[in-house]
Amino acid sequence: MTSDADMPELRAQRPVSLANPTRFFRVANRLLPWLGAATAVLFAVGLYLSLIASPPDYQQSETVRIAYVHVPAAWMALFVYVLMAVASAVGLIWRHQLALMAARAAAPAGLVFTALCLATGSLWGAPMWGTWWEWDARMTSVLVLLFFYLGYVALIDAFDDPARGQLSASILCLVGAVNVPIVKFSVDWFHTLHQGATVFRLDGPTMHASMLAPMLVMAAAFTLLFFVVLLWRMRGLRARARIAAAAATAAAEGA
Amino acid sequence: MTAAFTAAAFFALWCRAMSAALAATPSSAPDEPLLAVHGLACARGGRRVLSDVGFTLGPGELILITGPNGSGKTSLLRCIAGLLAPDAGTVAGPARARGQTLHVGHADPVKPHLTVLENLRFWAALGAGGGRPPEEAADAMGLAARLDVPARILSAGQRRRLSLARLLLSPALVWLLDEPANALDTDGVARLAAIVADHRARGGAVIVATHGPLPFPDARPLVLGHGAVAC
Amino acid sequence: MLKPALALFRRDLLLAWRQRGGAVPVLGAFVLMVVLFPLALGPDPALLARIAPGIIWVAALLATTITLDHIFASDHADGTLDLLVESPAPLAMHALAKAAAHWLVSGLPMVLLSPLLALMLNLPGHVYGTLMAGLLLGTPTLTLIGTVGGALILGARRGGLLLVLLVVPLYVPVLIFGAGAADAALNGLDAAPGLMFLGALLLVGLALCPLGAAAALRAALT
Repeated sequence: MTSDADMPELRAQRPVSLANPTRFFRVANRLLPWLGAATAVLFAVGLYLSLIASPPDYQQSETVRIAYVHVPAAWMALFVYVLMAVASAVGLIWRHQLALMAARAAAPAGLVFTALCLATGSLWGAPMWGTWWEWDARMTSVLVLLFFYLGYVALIDAFDDPARGQLSASILCLVGAVNVPIVKFSVDWFHTLHQGATVFRLDGPTMHASMLAPMLVMAAAFTLLFFVVLLWRMRGLRARARIAAAAATAAAEGA
Repeated sequence: MTAAFTAAAFFALWCRAMSAALAATPSSAPDEPLLAVHGLACARGGRRVLSDVGFTLGPGELILITGPNGSGKTSLLRCIAGLLAPDAGTVAGPARARGQTLHVGHADPVKPHLTVLENLRFWAALGAGGGRPPEEAADAMGLAARLDVPARILSAGQRRRLSLARLLLSPALVWLLDEPANALDTDGVARLAAIVADHRARGGAVIVATHGPLPFPDARPLVLGHGAVAC
Repeated sequence: MLKPALALFRRDLLLAWRQRGGAVPVLGAFVLMVVLFPLALGPDPALLARIAPGIIWVAALLATTITLDHIFASDHADGTLDLLVESPAPLAMHALAKAAAHWLVSGLPMVLLSPLLALMLNLPGHVYGTLMAGLLLGTPTLTLIGTVGGALILGARRGGLLLVLLVVPLYVPVLIFGAGAADAALNGLDAAPGLMFLGALLLVGLALCPLGAAAALRAALT
């Protein structure tokens, strides 16, 4: 991994775009406090709406409130993976270090969202379906998604050369992208215990507005939280790369 | 959709690699350099090992790269061979066409369970052909009596000779030799010098990276260190 | 363009024959894993017959992963990989040649041995055909996916262990359709859809895995 100081050719090619690392981090640093504040506000509103203001479901009673965490977590689990796959492709094809760094920074967040989705799903399944776990297509494919995240995180740190780990993990990420449509459409392709889509449908959401509102606010809060974590981690990764580069240069000059 | 996207991404990567390999076509102007390196920069493990390296290599020439450990001799040779993508700069010229450079690294790609002849035949088949027959190549490096010996019983120096015999199996214009004399005895070094001289006499060129003395009195030196390098 | 890849294919087969290291450990692990199940579950013939397709498929899948980290390891260590990259044939062709040699040495023997294990597990005779056809279509896909994994972990710390984590999630569809087809035959249902899915997975694997492996091999050179 090279720091931005080591990439003059990149700066020469794209002098004004956000693809320039220096510019990107300048904007990110300015954006982060606002994003953080907005996340906190959205979470406060979303949690109030979902835990207190919204009515219990006529079938599922109070347990429906798990959905306000479970569904956004599931969306994020897929969204983060797609984002990582796109960033990896961009990074591999155009050798764009910032895109690769974004994919790397996003991975642990995606891993946590996926684990949260599985855990809340299990907690919801116990009272509703009478089982903590069911081997249906959606749960199995999300479990496989969790293993792709784990594989990515393990592979990226398995090499002495960080650039090598980054390249290999990016290729793995692209290979694993075949699982994404399986996760998304498993409830439509296979008749399973898991309920079908109720929000993103061609004929509009089939969910009542009193439940849709907290759901969407929580989804927005999760999304913002993700971007806060992403920018934060990218800042940390850049600092780490700079320290490593400085140490390597010092070692070479001392030799 | 995602599968198609994945496929497209791999395809794009593959096309990039292929077009890079096929872009350079040999031009046949006699006085043009075989290889022109300009502004080459390369980073390994987050550290810049090469910056602004430039030189040209004409037919019959030999460049001897020297420099302290970690100065980027190996990286430079691998960049020229197309095994490593440079971070900046260009490597151009007729020698960039596929099969026109031949790189012998420090590792010997010798399979211990194949005989000397089988190793050579495999290497010949991997290339596009057009070089000398394996038996002749083995003879030039003094391995003619060991053709049917399994490579696992060869000594380190004999394995090195076998690796160097690979040079004769291809008609490549430019040889890139990374520490070619490692583990070679005086006879081995003399044979290396002989095949290098013969290659240059036929209009080929050679770049050698070394930190030991080698018997190439008419070599152009290229000393790597810190900062810009040209020769 | 094909000659260099064919040379690599022949060399890999020759090396596997000379070193006797290819088929023996894979087959040994395959048989051992199957043998463990009756020991753990008890020798009830009806139970074993019912779960035999699943056991054989899981054993074939895990046995395949054992040698995957060796597909490219020695060529990476001794610099032969550089020669493959410099060769006029596309690197994806070389990856395909390596996969073909690896399957002939490890996958095909498992397919041929599977009736014996099915016999030991009391599987009814009419399922043998579906089981073997499924393994014949599925094990090449396992090897193809494995070449991508084997290339990704070149030079990694604890690469062999990591490899299992990387490839087994990708093996899930092959396992589901392979064991599912044999299970369908066992229950008197139509096994053809499962076998067709296996065939489709094989075609997709043939098209994509060599490209993925080639990209991973290039990454291993940097």
